Amino acid sequence: MLTDKQLRRKQFILVLAVCLVVLAGAIILDATLPSYHIIIKVIKKGAVYATVAVSMNLLNGFTGLFSLGQAGFMLLGAYTYAIFSIPVAQRAGVYMYYDGGIVQFSIPEFFAGIFGESFGTGFGMIVTLILAGVIAGLIALLIGLPVLRLKSDYLAIATLGFAEIVRALFQWAKLGPLTNGSNLLRAYPDFKHCTAYILITAAVVAIMFLLVNSSYGRAFKAIRDDEVAAEAMGINLAKHKRLSFVISSFFAGVGGGMLAMYMGTVQALSFKSAMTYEILLLVVIGGIGSLTGSVFTSFVYVAAVEWLLRGLDSGKFLGISAPGIFKNGFRMAIVSILIMVVVLFFSKGIFGDKELHDLVKKQPKKAKEVKKNA
Amino acid sequence: MLSDNILRLEHVTMQLGGVVAVNDLSLEVNQGEIVALIGPNGAGKTTAFNCITGVYQPTEGKILFENNAYISTSPVIDPTPDEVTKMGIARTFQNIRLWKSMSVFDNVLTAKHMHAKHNVFSATFRLSHAEEKRMREETAELLKEQDLLQYKDDLATSLPYGLQRRLEIARALATDPKLLLLDEPAAGMNPQETRELGEFIVQIKEQHHLPVLMIEHHMDLVMQFSDRIYVIDFGRLIASGTPSEVQANQKVIDAYLGVSDNE
Repeated sequence: MLTDKQLRRKQFILVLAVCLVVLAGAIILDATLPSYHIIIKVIKKGAVYATVAVSMNLLNGFTGLFSLGQAGFMLLGAYTYAIFSIPVAQRAGVYMYYDGGIVQFSIPEFFAGIFGESFGTGFGMIVTLILAGVIAGLIALLIGLPVLRLKSDYLAIATLGFAEIVRALFQWAKLGPLTNGSNLLRAYPDFKHCTAYILITAAVVAIMFLLVNSSYGRAFKAIRDDEVAAEAMGINLAKHKRLSFVISSFFAGVGGGMLAMYMGTVQALSFKSAMTYEILLLVVIGGIGSLTGSVFTSFVYVAAVEWLLRGLDSGKFLGISAPGIFKNGFRMAIVSILIMVVVLFFSKGIFGDKELHDLVKKQPKKAKEVKKNA
Repeated sequence: MLSDNILRLEHVTMQLGGVVAVNDLSLEVNQGEIVALIGPNGAGKTTAFNCITGVYQPTEGKILFENNAYISTSPVIDPTPDEVTKMGIARTFQNIRLWKSMSVFDNVLTAKHMHAKHNVFSATFRLSHAEEKRMREETAELLKEQDLLQYKDDLATSLPYGLQRRLEIARALATDPKLLLLDEPAAGMNPQETRELGEFIVQIKEQHHLPVLMIEHHMDLVMQFSDRIYVIDFGRLIASGTPSEVQANQKVIDAYLGVSDNE
């Protein structure tokens, strides 16, 4: 049997090793593959989805608030990132119908002026991503005041409605000088290397991990498990629900900004509720209440859908050529079946409520049974 | 009379729809007492508890804690349950409400959350490490005192029933209360377990200098371990006094004890 301290150290070493392997892998891939390569693309998109899935897990998984507003907060983040990072020289072209728009500065350019071209731009992009999160968090604070009084299904409907309203609002021509109406936003900077995405996602997951294992994380779980008991034990429900909602939305905003980077263009039209459901799917399949489950599932899902199963749509898969069956749409049919199989065999998601480090156990299973019988 | 009051209800009435669940109820709990609130099913005991803990706002009357009105209808003072707990009134539930996905240790530790001075930032980034450490030490101490330390890593709901009751009381104690409310603590227990529970309650009262107000159906527990008893029926107080006084009261026998005589 291990003591608590030895156990924690072993778990830490495991997590550190996994992180280092992933990081090394990303750096090697960046050095050997061109940035348009499908593997790089998959890692980038996987990182984006992992960030958003983790943020959704905090709210839906750890706090038990069934919210479906994720796409709305991602949209806020994506637009914030794009609006504040398009280079000034490009604005006339991007906002061609709105006289170059009303925002006439670029945060990455501003920092490039201080810290030099390469570091300054990167630093400015991170700052803009954080700003994207802050805007999403502020809106969440406002929306949360009325919406968080609702429970379960009603909360889901209200947040879903919020996301749809935001999407419509951002296409409104009157807001064009800011949002470019229903036109694309483009020409803003992106990280060329997938390592940058991995690092951002790792930072988000690490912060989230620290949060859910802090006193506040325990309070969130208490609210999820039994709201009445939580309140009776002195946990202020309104305050803690709002806190979880704002933090979740903050990271959804950061994820939205990353998605904007990844896609290269932003258009409100693409932030449909289907995007929220896709993220919800990752949270459920990965395990509600498991951060590493969400991360793992995000990468596997994106890799499968965007890369490994591509052949199912284009006539040839695993060397089998069947253009009659492997047509457009067949891939998603297979993905749906795979998901159903996973749900059947892992009713609580692949990770359940366990995390990666729980692979290191305190004592072998047998010893535990003996103790219980004694 | 004023000096020893920890809790006092003054003419509390609670109307739930068309039903007057609690009708003009006045009672008090003094320092160092175990007080029982009894009555037949549906008499309004749990409703009274829900008024005291801030779950319901009474339709009339006021409730005082340490001689300060913290719930009243004129002027309107309507605290949320967490504010009442923060003030110093902790409770347990009739049907056990432990946090089921959490360990025994975390169940108690989480009840200490409200008194902590950290904010979400300092807690997340471990800037308030000393406070977290202190909370953990206090939790371990409390579990040790309640003989639950050996189960600390087990899921709360994996404990046997009697221990779950005890854990719920330990969790309530973790909020550092000045008054403990127990809602049918012996529900579902056999006579042996009930007696142990009674001794446990007395022990808590003495160790923590904690007055206790409990709702209970087990007459042996009530008669043996409480200092004073209030009897309500149809929301109205029908008798109060020491166990022997209440037992001799004809109204009580008619309303309540007479029915359960052959128990």
